[in-house]
Amino acid sequence: MSRKKVFEAQIEYLQILDEKGNVDASLDPKLDELTLKKMYETMVRSRAMDKKAISLQRQGRCYTYVPTEGQEAAQVGSVMASKKEDWMVPAFRENAAYLAKGVSMRTLFLYWMGHEEGSRFEKDQNCFPVSIPVGSQVGHAVGLAWAAKIQGKRQAAITFFGDGASSEGDFHESANFAGVFQIPCVFICQNNQYAISTPRARQTRSETIAQKAIAYGFEGIQVDGNDVLAMYVATKKALEKGYAGKGPTLIEAITYRIAAHTTSDDPKRYRDEAEVEAWRKKDPIARFQTYLKKNGFWNEAYEKEVQEKAAREVEEAVKKAEGFQANPEDMFKYLYQDLTPDLRQQMQEMKQSLEG
Amino acid sequence: MQLNLVQAINQAMYQEMERDKSVMVMGEDVGKDGGVFRVTQGLLEKFGEARVVDTPLAEAGIMGTAIGLAVNGMRPVLEIQFDGFTYITLNQLISHAARMRMRSRGKYTVPLVMRAPWGGGVRALEHHSESMEAIYAHIPGVKTVIPSSPKEAKGLLISAIRDPDPVVFFEPKRLYRAFKEEVPEEPYTIPLGEARILQEGKDITMITWGSLTRTCMEYVQNAKYGIEIIDIRSLSPFDENTVLASVKKTGRAIIVSESPKSGGFAAEISARIAEKALMSLNAPILRVSGYDVPIPLAKLEDYYLPDTARIGKAVEEIMKY
Ligand SMILES: Cc1ncc(C[n+]2csc(CCOP(=O)(O)OP(=O)(O)O)c2C)c(N)n1
Repeated sequence: MSRKKVFEAQIEYLQILDEKGNVDASLDPKLDELTLKKMYETMVRSRAMDKKAISLQRQGRCYTYVPTEGQEAAQVGSVMASKKEDWMVPAFRENAAYLAKGVSMRTLFLYWMGHEEGSRFEKDQNCFPVSIPVGSQVGHAVGLAWAAKIQGKRQAAITFFGDGASSEGDFHESANFAGVFQIPCVFICQNNQYAISTPRARQTRSETIAQKAIAYGFEGIQVDGNDVLAMYVATKKALEKGYAGKGPTLIEAITYRIAAHTTSDDPKRYRDEAEVEAWRKKDPIARFQTYLKKNGFWNEAYEKEVQEKAAREVEEAVKKAEGFQANPEDMFKYLYQDLTPDLRQQMQEMKQSLEG
Repeated sequence: MQLNLVQAINQAMYQEMERDKSVMVMGEDVGKDGGVFRVTQGLLEKFGEARVVDTPLAEAGIMGTAIGLAVNGMRPVLEIQFDGFTYITLNQLISHAARMRMRSRGKYTVPLVMRAPWGGGVRALEHHSESMEAIYAHIPGVKTVIPSSPKEAKGLLISAIRDPDPVVFFEPKRLYRAFKEEVPEEPYTIPLGEARILQEGKDITMITWGSLTRTCMEYVQNAKYGIEIIDIRSLSPFDENTVLASVKKTGRAIIVSESPKSGGFAAEISARIAEKALMSLNAPILRVSGYDVPIPLAKLEDYYLPDTARIGKAVEEIMKY
């Protein structure tokens, strides 16, 4: 008989760019100027879209909106580490991830303005629609990546979810599948410290969310989610591992939801403004700007150009989205491949009732 | 006191928690935040963390643990944040809550209430406007209640909390702050399984529940015919007598519901009338309902939801007979 240790694990934390924009040279992926600028610009575009959507919602021109502010690096860094063929499977706060995937702002506005058309993606955009039931998308990502593995494709899936979602059975069951079948799926938990009013500490007694991966037999890592370079590096490594048939990875991106949960939420009820201010100082965009500047890729003129371009893009996208006319018949037409007899009849009834 | 639906439901929980220490409230964001619709506001401050619980984000966990809590002496009132997330509780609800009494030969009972905001009409996000109440009404061993006004809600919820069996309590979110009415201050009950006649009439029986009671009432203000409106209040247990007595008087029945049409609860009501009052009918039974599609996102929602125009068409149609 004996008593011995049979299992031990540890979780690493990765940060490349600190809060002041200083880089750890030994970890810097030294990306080319074009890539770095695309990262920056995508984050700026997302922030600009956020501001506009919130203001449109206040004016009654957009319905409930879910802001991304503060989480741009976690999304842009990871999606930009992926290949075009890789799948991006979001929750509902992933505006920046969609933009990084090449989805147009018009499409995103359509969704938040209450149009089903806002979930129509281009043929070569491998992304899933917004998934509102918390955690429910995680299994889809595992399945997408599983199919790639079965078919011998060099393709992986990235899925986003929140700290709150890590409490749902969907997350646990899907992570277990990914571990058992060694699926090339990258789980990105954006730990933004809250699930609506519920703080991270209330979701789980675990020290980290990253360690949940250990229970399912794969690697978990904590990353500074406001550091776009660290997110890029961690995701790239996880994807390479996936392509090589070495299974899934869980990345816990430590970040903060700067804005309200949605435009219907009042965060003053459950968190201090001082806490928000402290996190504003860790802003992912400002930090990255400092890095670009130090590398000679950023100056005032460039900034002006980027901001103006983003503002123009937002205005044009809103105009297009507001000009879109939904066709009520679409509610019937997309349900099955062919209209069923019942649906055909109901569509007719609807048309008649519209004619009065 | 003049209360809206949110305040009346809040008052019902408050008073029941004061009366009975075993009553507890649990769910996502129900404590500090007071619930996303503020229905549980003030309960944490008054009754403390042990009885007003902000749970982890896990609906199966909420329902599963509530069953254990209920069997071992508590009376949990669960809040599921929206109708579209109640589906996650279904396994626990159907497979366990509903049949624990039966399986244990009466030894174990599950006196819980699952509250959830229900139905469309507020331009909400996807999965936030669902009306799949037929699923719940279809579960043997579960009662399903949908109130239609503040005063109704208070009495029905108090009954639900005191009920010895599991009750699903769907709150029409469109009515949460739509209007106020006089609600008696002291606790009172409205029995589960009794419909109410909202308006008397001799030509047509119009049967409905939830927010559409308001739409039907609005319609009859200018109607040419005598329309009797029945708010069924409780889908299960179902008050067949009130419906049948009315149909026997009017000879015509229209059922108005915001759920998808096929297999909805309107079909159940229609079957009852056909089974037990066919000979009293002068016209076919008609349904005005949602279409057989998921309720569309905000922009097309109004095309889906029954309104006074669609009700009017059905009325003209049925009066041809
Ligand atoms: C299954 C389910 N339950 C409840 C909700 C309501 N809800 C929407 S977002 C949210 C919190 C999600 O928190 P988290 O997963 O941390 O993501 P975050 O919102 O912070 O991005 C809740 C409770 C939902 N959408 N789905």
